[in-house]
Amino acid sequence: MPTKIEKDAITGKTTTGHEWDGIKELNTPLPKWWLYILYACIAWAAVWAIIYPSFPGLSGHFRGTSNWTQRQAIAEDMARARAEQAPFLDRIRAASLDEVRQNPDLLTYAMAGGRVAFADNCSACHGSGGQGARGGFPALVDDDWIWGGSLETIHSIILHGIRNTQDPDARISQMPAYGGGVLSRAQINDVAEHVLSQSGRSTDVAAAGRGAVVYAENCVACHGEKGEGVRDVGGPRLNDPIWLYGGTKAEIVAQIANPRMGVMPPWAGRLDEATMKMLAVYVHTLGGGE
Amino acid sequence: MDAPTTLKPAAAAVGASAPTPLYAEHVKVYPARVQGRFRNAKWAILLAALVVYYVLPWLRWSRPGAAPDQLLLVDLAGRRFYLGPIVIWQDELYFVTGLLILAAVALFLVTSLFGRVWCGYACPQTVWTDLYMWVERRIEGDRNARMRLDQGARNGAWWSKKLAKHAVWIGIAAATGGAFILYFGDAPTMLGDILTGRAGSWTYAFLGILTFTTYALAGWAREQVCTYMCPWPRFQGAMLDENSLIVTYRGWRGEPRAKHKQGEAWDDRGDCVDCRQCVNVCPTGIDIRDGQQLECIGCGLCVDACDAIMDKVGRPRGLIALDTLAHMQTAEAACAALPPGPARQEAGATATADRRIIRPRTLIYAGVLGAVSLAMLVVFLTRSTTELAVLRDRAPVYIALSDGSVRNNFTVKLWNKGYAEPTHALAVEGLAGAIVAVVGAPDERPVLSTRADGVTAHRVHVTAPAGSRLPESTPVRFVVRDERGQIVVASDSVFLAPKR
Repeated sequence: MPTKIEKDAITGKTTTGHEWDGIKELNTPLPKWWLYILYACIAWAAVWAIIYPSFPGLSGHFRGTSNWTQRQAIAEDMARARAEQAPFLDRIRAASLDEVRQNPDLLTYAMAGGRVAFADNCSACHGSGGQGARGGFPALVDDDWIWGGSLETIHSIILHGIRNTQDPDARISQMPAYGGGVLSRAQINDVAEHVLSQSGRSTDVAAAGRGAVVYAENCVACHGEKGEGVRDVGGPRLNDPIWLYGGTKAEIVAQIANPRMGVMPPWAGRLDEATMKMLAVYVHTLGGGE
Repeated sequence: MDAPTTLKPAAAAVGASAPTPLYAEHVKVYPARVQGRFRNAKWAILLAALVVYYVLPWLRWSRPGAAPDQLLLVDLAGRRFYLGPIVIWQDELYFVTGLLILAAVALFLVTSLFGRVWCGYACPQTVWTDLYMWVERRIEGDRNARMRLDQGARNGAWWSKKLAKHAVWIGIAAATGGAFILYFGDAPTMLGDILTGRAGSWTYAFLGILTFTTYALAGWAREQVCTYMCPWPRFQGAMLDENSLIVTYRGWRGEPRAKHKQGEAWDDRGDCVDCRQCVNVCPTGIDIRDGQQLECIGCGLCVDACDAIMDKVGRPRGLIALDTLAHMQTAEAACAALPPGPARQEAGATATADRRIIRPRTLIYAGVLGAVSLAMLVVFLTRSTTELAVLRDRAPVYIALSDGSVRNNFTVKLWNKGYAEPTHALAVEGLAGAIVAVVGAPDERPVLSTRADGVTAHRVHVTAPAGSRLPESTPVRFVVRDERGQIVVASDSVFLAPKR
């Protein structure tokens, strides 16, 4: 309690009785109604604490008379957002992929919706912008497609996936392992040189020539005569600078001897129909769509 | 000031053994009616301010398309500010910032020259308080009648007068709140919606809040707003100096004050007859004879009151006047050695001090005002109705294609602030043989569609042909041309390629 209330000689006012290192505070009274506003705020807080969740208890907290929760509020927000999206999603569901692409409104909506769905579901493997990742996660922005880059193909792969066991309609391709005695080390080296020569990067013409024979016997069916790839069976193109598992000779040798093969899960059943359509359109517009 | 002054009531209570309470009781102010030059100016400004406030949202301005036909409109939902032919978008909010800076600096300049004229004449708190006091006077009578009414019995007359006053006050408050809302939507539609109950809950909430604040602040709080709530009286001291005009009581002329009977001599005394008219008319209830005070809003009504009294007792006007501190101090110095009487009056009246209007303070305020105005004018005159933003994709930074060519992807946004919907041609300069494709355009040709009064975002693929031997980063320029080939707008970016 302040005790030393004095009268200040200069102003004629009294002090509040508080003193800090010789500095005394003059009593400049606030108006009473200012105090009443503080009381009104306290009363407001009390009412607020009754209406909304407030006090902790032994078995959970006091829920307030309104039963308001953040969880419910966000659920309502989401429901409202979904209701606002519904007209667009219904139109996308009803339209064919090509119709979505031709209609500027739907295209804009699908590109925006697809981008969000892509970030949520696809970017972990294919990169945030569809640039792919080293080690077998294909880039979706370039023009090199293993299975084809049409809207329908992209859509179908999103639906069913690749080399998975969940979906009987998943696309399957199998690169046999040529190591472990199927082909000799020298033969594997030769065929790797031949593959390099398809994109003009071979340094050993003799080895590439020997490899051409091995290639013709073992690889042509899936990768094509000139390494142009065979999309029907999912045989990747070899005569361009784009490599799924790396384009150095060592990486090519490793892929021939003991191949790695990526898996993509089916999304049908996990994502709704409209989302998968939007994803197909979005991926198609990334730059490589055919 | 050396002149003796009467103690203010709050200060007079000090000295008794009981300490000042920590909270002050509200002392109700009963301003008396007054006539004169300053009162007339106050009425004129009040009328002008109210007319502008209530009429402005009703003025129309024809605009093409779906744009609203209101001269002045703040469209919060559409993120637009309309003022006649000018439409400001949300990305040009700096114009509003500029206007606020101009308003602040103009207030500083005016205050340093003429004192608190804003507070006394143009501040909404003053305008509406004045209007409310006028209503109060029409219903309850002038100062003495109002004091008698409040001290008297709560009879039928009391009830009918109070009810009538508060009803009119609430009516004005509702009209004030209602008019404010009309600035944010089409006024005729909005007023119709409000009156027929079709307006949204937020509209009614704001109407209620603004009605309440107008009623509470102009009817009940009044001078308390200026004294306790408003920050402006606190820091206006930094704008005032000895050359600013302030409302002053000329103590050298008025003191010693005393009652005066008709026919008595004016020797050996001051001109102040201690009639307390200056206190009675003061809207904040202070005694200007105590000198410059925080509560004084500089309205000059005490000058009018005192001049009327001086005319009546046959002394010259100007015992209370708008004056500078510099002049006051010169006059006081000239009078200091003289006893009250004609010689002292003469010495004070002839003392002069140059009023310096041009001084560093006013020059700086005027300079800032001019510079900001000029900058805003230049920015406004050079603003384009089409704007372009080029956003490079960050992932991937570049795309190597199967034939060895390199592609970069961009998002190109076009702001079209006009009402036509032209299609523009897009070219990327600085990259030899570049192929530009716009997603969604017919055949992916490099054309950009626009939307009237809106923004369009386009995905653009730029491909440098194989064998370009590009450095890692090439500066490029996105150029948007109209159908005649004129450059509409352009923006710089870079084209990235793999390390060679």
